[in-house]
Amino acid sequence: MSSVAYFLIGGGVLFELFGAIGLVRLPDVYTRLQSATKCVTLGTCLILAGAAVGNPSAAFIVKAVLCGVFITLTFPTGAHALARGSHLGGVKLWEKSVGDAYDEVAEEIRQRDEAGVEDAPV
Amino acid sequence: MSPVAFTVFFCTLLGAAFLCLYRLQKGPTAPDRMVAVDMLSTLLVGLCVLHALKTRTDFYLNIAIAWALLSFIGTIALAKYLEGKALDE
Repeated sequence: MSSVAYFLIGGGVLFELFGAIGLVRLPDVYTRLQSATKCVTLGTCLILAGAAVGNPSAAFIVKAVLCGVFITLTFPTGAHALARGSHLGGVKLWEKSVGDAYDEVAEEIRQRDEAGVEDAPV
Repeated sequence: MSPVAFTVFFCTLLGAAFLCLYRLQKGPTAPDRMVAVDMLSTLLVGLCVLHALKTRTDFYLNIAIAWALLSFIGTIALAKYLEGKALDE
């Protein structure tokens, strides 16, 4: 296995460790969601790239690229849904947060729900 | 991959997984725990890829792909539950 593969996998593993430390240390759901999504998505993609470089067989490379595409598509989407769900579910921000840009949209969605309007914006 | 490097990578990922378990146990709200579960499933994808590289079998990459998609479905369902709605709303 080449040194490039070691470098990629080591970097990916370090990113995942930093994401886990952020998950423990950061103060509220939304900041934790940032570390849990950004760091870990990049870390997993780096590990997959290292696997594709380190074992250059056709099946390995194709499956690693496929897995990387799935991960970059699905994990940020899931994190977005989690943030939306926890905001609409009434989880408060950290008390030292300076602003909440999503609050107006969430208020609009709540009003539409109470009025019983069909086809509310997603 | 040399055994020493594999052990180091594997133990680092396991340490990150234990940090996730700490957050899962500590809480304090339900979304915190869901974020921890979401991240734990991502770490498991990384572990599957490392194991595939160690044993030089690409079968574990199939598991990683299936695991990534299944955890996405679970996250979406739990997010809808947090919002207080049914899945088709």
